[in-house]
Amino acid sequence: MSQQTLWAVVLLSGAATFLWRGLGVAFAQRIDTGGALFQWVSCVSYAMVAALVCRMIVFPGNELMTVDLWVRLTALGAALAGFYLSRQSLPISVLIGFVVFNFLSAV
Amino acid sequence: MHQSSQNGVAGKQAVFKKTLIDALSAPAIILLTTMIGWGTLARAAGFSAEMAVVATLLIWGLPGQVAMAELFMGGSGMIAAVLGCSLANARFLPMTVSFLPLVHTGVKSKRLLFLMGQMLSINSWAMCQRAFPSIAPDWRRYYYLCFATTILIAAVIGTLIGFYAANVLPTSLVVSLIFLSPLFFALVLAGNKNNGVIISMFLGVGLMLLLHSVMPDTDLLVSGFVAGTAGFLLSRSGLFKAVGK
Repeated sequence: MSQQTLWAVVLLSGAATFLWRGLGVAFAQRIDTGGALFQWVSCVSYAMVAALVCRMIVFPGNELMTVDLWVRLTALGAALAGFYLSRQSLPISVLIGFVVFNFLSAV
Repeated sequence: MHQSSQNGVAGKQAVFKKTLIDALSAPAIILLTTMIGWGTLARAAGFSAEMAVVATLLIWGLPGQVAMAELFMGGSGMIAAVLGCSLANARFLPMTVSFLPLVHTGVKSKRLLFLMGQMLSINSWAMCQRAFPSIAPDWRRYYYLCFATTILIAAVIGTLIGFYAANVLPTSLVVSLIFLSPLFFALVLAGNKNNGVIISMFLGVGLMLLLHSVMPDTDLLVSGFVAGTAGFLLSRSGLFKAVGK
């Protein structure tokens, strides 16, 4: 594969992603943050990110598939439990999830 | 200490210190490890180290980067790779609309506005919204710029480590590093307190589980749009307000 083709793929992909960001910046100038439209867009963006996280964990499509689904879900559950028990500490709960994941996938 | 309970952290030094503590406590480390996975994949797909780093900086959204590399590697061609990347990153439209108003007050420079849009990622988007209540409104933009820059640097380092150390890392380690990123995002999302947002997220997860096998390419857009709209309407209907009381 030629270097030019590869560079073109990278640069065009960057531009194609920036299209969404640029549109977002333009719309953001005209939106009232206290209004219903803003609340709706927030709901859509959070729903999209939550769906993405769900897809990354349940349907990973990469090496993560080699680990059983129950291991991934148990590690997530342990981390969430740690999150609420530690008064929402991210470092502690990430560590709990990481340790449980490694322990269960090793046995 | 530049701190008051009413306004939150203010002042260049205090905000910068908070940014570094917040970024290095987990987000930067997680991004570094996630991007190790990207560096590995980019190399396997035939990209050079420079291309892998430029892709991290310009695309700045892992699902899009992965879609680009995998489609290209699979022989789908250049156009499919670019479109796949763009589709996988379409969430940046609603994310930018919902985030930029929190930091763009008083900014006249178009260049700075678009730069702030370019620097947005799930990580900074979620972490800043979590941190903002404790930061004085005037200092939130500074916090965001410092935070995003810190994790960008971490991401570039991770990309390079992954690219050059791909063959050295044991598979079991790579697998658990891949798991870190969705785990972290799930935890950040779990801290949200907005009724409409919480309903939307549950619906989004449910729809994704139902739709992924039916529409693997557009599952994200459809789940996000339908679940977000339904969550928004439900939260306004008063149904959930009654439950909340």
